Amino acid sequence: MGDISNSIKKTDSDEKISGSAIYVADIKMDGMLHAITLRSTICHGEIKTITFPDIPEGYHIVSAKDVPGRNVVKIIFDDQPVFTEKDITYLEEPILLVIGPDKEVVQDILNQIVVEYIEKDPVFDWVNSAVNYHFDKGSGIKAFEHAHKVIAFDYETGYQEQAYIEPQGFLGYMDGEKVTLIGSIQCPYYVKNAVIDALGTDPDNVRVIQPSIGGAFGGKEEFPSLMACQLAVAVQKIGQPIQLLYEREEDMLVTTKRHPSKIHFEAAMSEHNEILGFKTYCAIDAGANIGLSGVVLARALIACTGAYTINNLDVSGDVFITNTVPNGAFRGFGAPQMYFAIEMFMEHIALELDLDPLEFRMNNLAKQGDNTSTNGTFRDPIIMDEMIIKAMEISDYKNKRKLYDDTNSYKGIGMSFFFHGCGFTGSGEATHIKAKVKLRKEKTGKVQILVAAVDMGQGIRTTLRKVVSHILEIPIDDVIFNFPDTDLVPDSGPTVASRTIMIVGGLIARATREMKERWMETEFTVEKQYVQPDYIKYDEATFQGDAYPAYSWGINIVEVEVDKYTYQVKLQHTWSVYDVGKAIDERIVIGQADGGLTQGIAYGYLEVMTHELGKIKQKNMTDYIIPTAMDTNKMDTVIYENPYAFGPYGAKGVGELTLVGGAPAVAYAIEQAIKRKVFKIPATPEYLMELVKNDRN
Amino acid sequence: MTEIKFRLNGVPVTMESDPNRRLLDVLREDFEMTGVKEGCGEGECGACAVLLDHEIVNSCSVPLANCINKDIVTIEGFAKTSRYKVIKNAFEEEGAVQCGFCTPGMMIASESLLNKNPNPSDQEIKIGLSGNLCRCTGYAMIIKAIQKASKDGDGLW
Repeated sequence: MGDISNSIKKTDSDEKISGSAIYVADIKMDGMLHAITLRSTICHGEIKTITFPDIPEGYHIVSAKDVPGRNVVKIIFDDQPVFTEKDITYLEEPILLVIGPDKEVVQDILNQIVVEYIEKDPVFDWVNSAVNYHFDKGSGIKAFEHAHKVIAFDYETGYQEQAYIEPQGFLGYMDGEKVTLIGSIQCPYYVKNAVIDALGTDPDNVRVIQPSIGGAFGGKEEFPSLMACQLAVAVQKIGQPIQLLYEREEDMLVTTKRHPSKIHFEAAMSEHNEILGFKTYCAIDAGANIGLSGVVLARALIACTGAYTINNLDVSGDVFITNTVPNGAFRGFGAPQMYFAIEMFMEHIALELDLDPLEFRMNNLAKQGDNTSTNGTFRDPIIMDEMIIKAMEISDYKNKRKLYDDTNSYKGIGMSFFFHGCGFTGSGEATHIKAKVKLRKEKTGKVQILVAAVDMGQGIRTTLRKVVSHILEIPIDDVIFNFPDTDLVPDSGPTVASRTIMIVGGLIARATREMKERWMETEFTVEKQYVQPDYIKYDEATFQGDAYPAYSWGINIVEVEVDKYTYQVKLQHTWSVYDVGKAIDERIVIGQADGGLTQGIAYGYLEVMTHELGKIKQKNMTDYIIPTAMDTNKMDTVIYENPYAFGPYGAKGVGELTLVGGAPAVAYAIEQAIKRKVFKIPATPEYLMELVKNDRN
Repeated sequence: MTEIKFRLNGVPVTMESDPNRRLLDVLREDFEMTGVKEGCGEGECGACAVLLDHEIVNSCSVPLANCINKDIVTIEGFAKTSRYKVIKNAFEEEGAVQCGFCTPGMMIASESLLNKNPNPSDQEIKIGLSGNLCRCTGYAMIIKAIQKASKDGDGLW
């Protein structure tokens, strides 16, 4: 069948191009009602009274007192209610749903509800730590006792909004005793398990179905569970189909975003300019509840050495609770913040010591057999040296770097090195997720893939089918992959953490090979469950061991020109080189690379989101600027093969890898263009102007 | 309620409706043309793009009153044309589709662009797409798809 990397037409592009693909907002049901959320107008306090207008017949209010099970959205900690009972912890916190047949009447009722509050002083400073982590590697802080010199810098990163083009939404209805939810989601079983808890019901009474998804990027990982629990309560109470769709403004004001961070680095340097050790501290702003923030912080801390090997580490961090909108999952999950900081820090150390930054960084790159930041081992070959040579060659990096150093052209070129651990951190895959997949051979000879993995644009409906068709040597049209429905598919885990092709795809490949051996049988099902390679051991409490089973690696080079009067940054060209094990479909991988890098670079210089006294200031696509076609530039991508034993055909993770290097690469390029150190992203024109005028840097 | 007449995908339509309604809602609710998507509701993202007398418009920002006696083409109507087939094939071949939510709008933008300029330069393509947001692709493959459509559709535009 040829090399599996050879690109094919995506199996779902036909329906998406013609507009016939069905997204949640496209589904209408007889008797369908509309729900709108009443939200708090203060950041912190208590509800004193709620006064309702006369509610017309056929219209409903659903609030905390209607929650039959636990009034908690099951994520990790029990700190987010389905509806608040009394306490308000952030602006726009959901209080209740108003539901009815006419959306305008629903809105009218909502406008007439009067909520009286007892206000408390909100906290926006990062002072209330909810999670604190600390770990050491080697001799930890003791490495600083032998330091010839200590170099320290601080870095800051801002919010980033996922800005999927399809806003969040659900449709819910009763099917007999069963609450059925169709939603724009990444994780059907997260939603199902949360709803079981909120309803206090039997698992058989909850069904979750995924339609087409209009982008997610982590924004539809944990947030949809909140909407689903609210809607499930309403659907069960009222008994009619109900649609809960967010408009853009509501979506941008209330849904989770990438955590702002503040990161402090200290390096203990020897007389011979060797790094003896790092002290790293990372603080992130969780907003009003912890949600996934502890896990985000863990991934950030684990990434604190970037693509380098540092033998002695003292690493710590805090998750701070503030009275602001809760933050959560976003492609990269803590790594983009830390990669910006560590990459800038490595360059800044070199500049402080008058060393050649590239040589300094390359000398410290991780090698096969080195210990990771958590004392795990890089077991598989690392081919970064070869990849860097390639990246520099295709971009003419050295000549451009020298030319822009020597001239005041306001041009710059920067290069980032990075990796991304594939799958859940640590023992997550083995102890928490325990992914299961099924593969069924039908009487017709067709084969059906039964997994809960969601195609949100990344192409899993094509790539998983390709894996099965290649192994069985049957046409791809004979491989069926319907949208996940929890009544039909096992829990193969959430569609997150760059795990789908490697972990779920790896299981599907194993199941397919077994099916191939039994191909003479007419109708049967093969089931597989994830087993962690036995050499992977990790202790979550102490951050010791192998944090990930495998790593994908990458290099981004970004060339920019900065306008010398307005400090607007204009992208010129980017070059990327990736080791993703094996591309299951080259064009799909390059599509991920283009899109991920565009988001990563924009995180570094373009996308500005801020809050003022707890209110998000960019509430629509006019205020929050994401790249348009005009902001795009020429993007060249080279993919290296470096197969991982347990991935299908050697494939490792792709999705997040392509984002994490964008911000440091563009920040490096900007540094060269303006000949100043950059400490903060997004590097807006205002910030660049400040750097240039403040000549001390 | 007012009697409103227009042509929708080539078919004459007469309806009794509020002329203040958004064209987007009329298309999605009254005609079940759900290929027209709502992404932002304020004319910024282009997911709801349709052709109004051959000009691209964001249907979320067009009141029904502005459609009287006009010719409206949605993705559902455009999908029946030979130009569509050329652009569709180019989008598939170049990998221009990821989540697909912006795609119908991108198809309309591509048609609008090629209709005015059958051989656009890179820069002209970027300008032509600048009213349509895509969060998945970084636009590179969409731009390549339009270049390919321009080449393959020689004579169609």
